[in-house]
Amino acid sequence: MSDRSPAFYLTILLGGLVFGFGLAYSHMARPEVVLNFLQFEDFGLLFVMGGASVVTAITFAFATNVLDRAPLTGTDYVRRMKSFDRNVLVGGVIFGAGWGISGICPGAAYASVGIGNITILWAIAGMFAGAYIQGRLRSRTADSDAGPATAD
Amino acid sequence: MIGAELFPNGIARYAIGGAFVGGGVAIIYLATGIIAGASTFLESTLSYVSKVPRFNRGPYVLTRDWRVVFTIGIVLGAAVYAVFWQGGAWTTEVQWWRLLGGGVLVGIGTRLGKGCTSGHGVCGVGSLSQTSIVNVATFMAVAIGTAQLVQALGVMP
Repeated sequence: MSDRSPAFYLTILLGGLVFGFGLAYSHMARPEVVLNFLQFEDFGLLFVMGGASVVTAITFAFATNVLDRAPLTGTDYVRRMKSFDRNVLVGGVIFGAGWGISGICPGAAYASVGIGNITILWAIAGMFAGAYIQGRLRSRTADSDAGPATAD
Repeated sequence: MIGAELFPNGIARYAIGGAFVGGGVAIIYLATGIIAGASTFLESTLSYVSKVPRFNRGPYVLTRDWRVVFTIGIVLGAAVYAVFWQGGAWTTEVQWWRLLGGGVLVGIGTRLGKGCTSGHGVCGVGSLSQTSIVNVATFMAVAIGTAQLVQALGVMP
């Protein structure tokens, strides 16, 4: 990490800037807009995820098929492939319930700070608390994995 | 206008914003090969202050610095919009307990489910990952049901 170049961090910062600008421009950084979508009052939000996915799909396809290695890190281009297990479903259900209650997800919450929405700090505090709770519980589960099977 | 009921605010704002979101991912990916999601930041940042083993795994500790930089970028990029387009600060009317309680569930769910709206929704779907597509379909269906239930219970906003 400390051997990363200034160019690496500047690129990450630039990518974050564009990403955050998009979340603000699309209004997805506003919980009301997400809730309006989930309540079937404005389906425009589909075009945020859709538009973003089209751009990433083209980028991933181009890089994995045409390009060799990433210039700043020398690593191969790969797609985002996570293994499937029960947690993907359970996590999706819990995440969906939280998104439906609050209208906010992690990236949009950070962007919401940027548009001056100080109230969103409630959600960010909640997200850190939730991440901490699952980390504590799963670290305990992992410790006990060596012993007799436990019901999680 | 056709679609005015489905899209009372048009689609340009959403599609253009979405393209920028994808563009931010693309810039980082093309230069570094890294697929940047937003929610790992929650756990990797906890490794600075917590000794809990899960937060101090190699993949988190090795990436926590740039994830902080990425998140700072997100905040600043949104601030650029606020200054030049929005004309100042905007604050939500959604009640604090919804943000806090929903946030806790989002924090648990995104880490248990291996990703969020950006990791699974944008990057995973863009990778045509079946795991991500199943996760997105799951959280979308549950979120729609939850939001409409909360609305039906008369919580505004």
